[in-house]
Amino acid sequence: MKKMLLASTALAFSASMAMADVKMGVLLGFTGPIESVTPHMADAAEMAFREVSESGLFLGGETITPVRADSTCLDASAAQTAAERLISSDGVVAIMGADCTPVTMAVLQNVALSAGVPMISPSATSPAFTTTESNGLFFRTAPSDARQGAILAGIVMERGFDTVALTYTNNDYGAGFANAFEESFLAAGGTITSKVAHEEARGDYSAEVGQLAAAGGDALVILGYIDGGGSMLRTAYELGAFETFFIGDGMFGDELIASVGEGIEGTIGTIPWAEGEGTEAFNALAEAAGVQAGSSFTRESYDAAALLALAAQAAGEATPAGIAANILNVANEPGEPILPGELARGLEILANGGEINYMGATNVTLVGPGEAAGFYREYVIENGEYVTVQFH
Amino acid sequence: MEPLNALVSVSNFMLIPAFAYGSQLALGALGITLIFSILRFAHFAHGDTMALGTAAVIGGTWFLQARGIGIDPLPTALLAVPFGILVLTGYLLVADRFVYRYYRKVKAKPMIFVMASLGVMFITNGITRLFMGVGETRFEDGERFLFTVRQFRDWSGLDEGMALRSAQAITIITALVVMVALFWFLNRTRAGKSMRAYSDNEDLALLSGINPERVVVITWVITAILLVLAGTLYGLDKGFRPFNYFQLLLPMFAAAILGGLGSPIGAIVGAYVVAFAEMGITFAWRRVVTYLAPEGMEPSSMMQLLPVDYKFAVTFAILVIVLLFRPTGIFKGKVL
Repeated sequence: MKKMLLASTALAFSASMAMADVKMGVLLGFTGPIESVTPHMADAAEMAFREVSESGLFLGGETITPVRADSTCLDASAAQTAAERLISSDGVVAIMGADCTPVTMAVLQNVALSAGVPMISPSATSPAFTTTESNGLFFRTAPSDARQGAILAGIVMERGFDTVALTYTNNDYGAGFANAFEESFLAAGGTITSKVAHEEARGDYSAEVGQLAAAGGDALVILGYIDGGGSMLRTAYELGAFETFFIGDGMFGDELIASVGEGIEGTIGTIPWAEGEGTEAFNALAEAAGVQAGSSFTRESYDAAALLALAAQAAGEATPAGIAANILNVANEPGEPILPGELARGLEILANGGEINYMGATNVTLVGPGEAAGFYREYVIENGEYVTVQFH
Repeated sequence: MEPLNALVSVSNFMLIPAFAYGSQLALGALGITLIFSILRFAHFAHGDTMALGTAAVIGGTWFLQARGIGIDPLPTALLAVPFGILVLTGYLLVADRFVYRYYRKVKAKPMIFVMASLGVMFITNGITRLFMGVGETRFEDGERFLFTVRQFRDWSGLDEGMALRSAQAITIITALVVMVALFWFLNRTRAGKSMRAYSDNEDLALLSGINPERVVVITWVITAILLVLAGTLYGLDKGFRPFNYFQLLLPMFAAAILGGLGSPIGAIVGAYVVAFAEMGITFAWRRVVTYLAPEGMEPSSMMQLLPVDYKFAVTFAILVIVLLFRPTGIFKGKVL
């Protein structure tokens, strides 16, 4: 009896091996502050995995099973536990995630590095990842705030504001972004009169605004979120402290216009953006699959997932080391450009020993481990609408 | 030397916000002081019951807005205040009936009361979040400004501007009216006198025929009125977010203790001292001093005593200093 049981388990085990199922983790904050956007991000990533599986070309007919886990966006220990479970009990070979900067850093340093599992984050934008040693395991499809800081500084300068006050949300994202902005802005000959951190979810921001106003400046640069940053903007406008505002990507959203009111008019900002045939192809795919294409970071999520699958194909095996070693090869030139929906073609080229340059939905170009080049949209708010000025 | 510009600037960035904030604190601190002197315990559920009352007002506001009833240019929420008071009075009386009354009967120590109110705080906290969520709710409508910075600048011709939001003006006026009414009630009416008698000496009051349960009910009703008004005014001014109301507990207690627990006038003075200290100590005075200083003597530093992040530290410091050096507070109240 015992023997039979053993035999049947062994049989079941070998059967599952024969089905050759590759597992990939989808580690996003399904609960917590960004829970409204993560389901769409996961949908987009799973759409890419499905496309790869259904092509029948992935590693000679294997399929990819995505496994979701909750990063919580905020709680580093919960995210680490989730990542450990993905790797040790679900046996994923790579992780699409995590999302927010703090949990992504925790998972990378405490779990992924020791387990040797590669991860591609679709949304962690802190400049810290560019300099963190990841043994070639960490990549991201969202560009770093260091680049956005430089671009925003250029825009502010270009518009003739060389003396500005700066406020940022008091966390890794805000501080990293503010440092990047400050560095570029000072290098370009500008002056920052005062640099004040603000907290989220406060009732009253008049003290923070009072400090910025005391320091003076021709414009106020706000690098934060809609909640705190929006309140700062409204308070600063209503107290007459500043007339012109520049904002970072964290504040992009229709709620900002609704919550701030008339003070937002004429505000200039930047946000990572993608346009062109890759984006259109993605939008068409997403619409067909019932995925919300317009939600934040869905394109980056699709690209992150596709890159993992293509890297495994290029390696010829779905192992963490193989995937990690091939991500840069498939993402960058040289090679045949691959757009969303063309993953099967990419898999075929790779299977035949060719090279591809995955463009994806966001014109992916990875600058070494941990950094993506990225494109930015410069917009100005006119009559309550985001109007594109140009792309950088 | 431009003293007018200096005055306008300091009013805009500090005096007006601090005055409004102080008025909101004063209403809350009055409730704390009343409960402390009559029911004889520190009411820790103060901030969260305030949030619950405000949540009821917001519910009433939505109900009225949906039916197109308003009192433009004043915010609709003012119409919904009586409803909020009704709900909160009911809630506080139920809490008293099921929690506090028992401890009053067994003459429990004040610390046990405090712990009981802590329990009520957690429950209230949960109820509010159940209905309102944890995010920010803005329910201000009507005219937002009495005058804006730009209007003021055009009118006065000064370099500096000053804005006065309707919510701030309503807050200050309402608070003053309510304070006067409360003093009139406590000093002139029979019910008010019986409350003060009960507060001074429970046994003597009983002997002279004062019904303690009636005094307790009146205290809760007045507390509910004060809390709903304070919460609504705070919400109109700064937006409703349950956690911020919980956080108001510290400055409200600091105000009540600073003024002297059990002294209504102390609560009001304490509230304004706390508000002006919080704003004044973390205020960057550079702009103001620049206007006042003689030519060539303008300061180059921010002239700020503490960074803005330390606002709450100021309140804590006030609390600690008062408890160390003058535990009875400014107006010789009771010792906690």
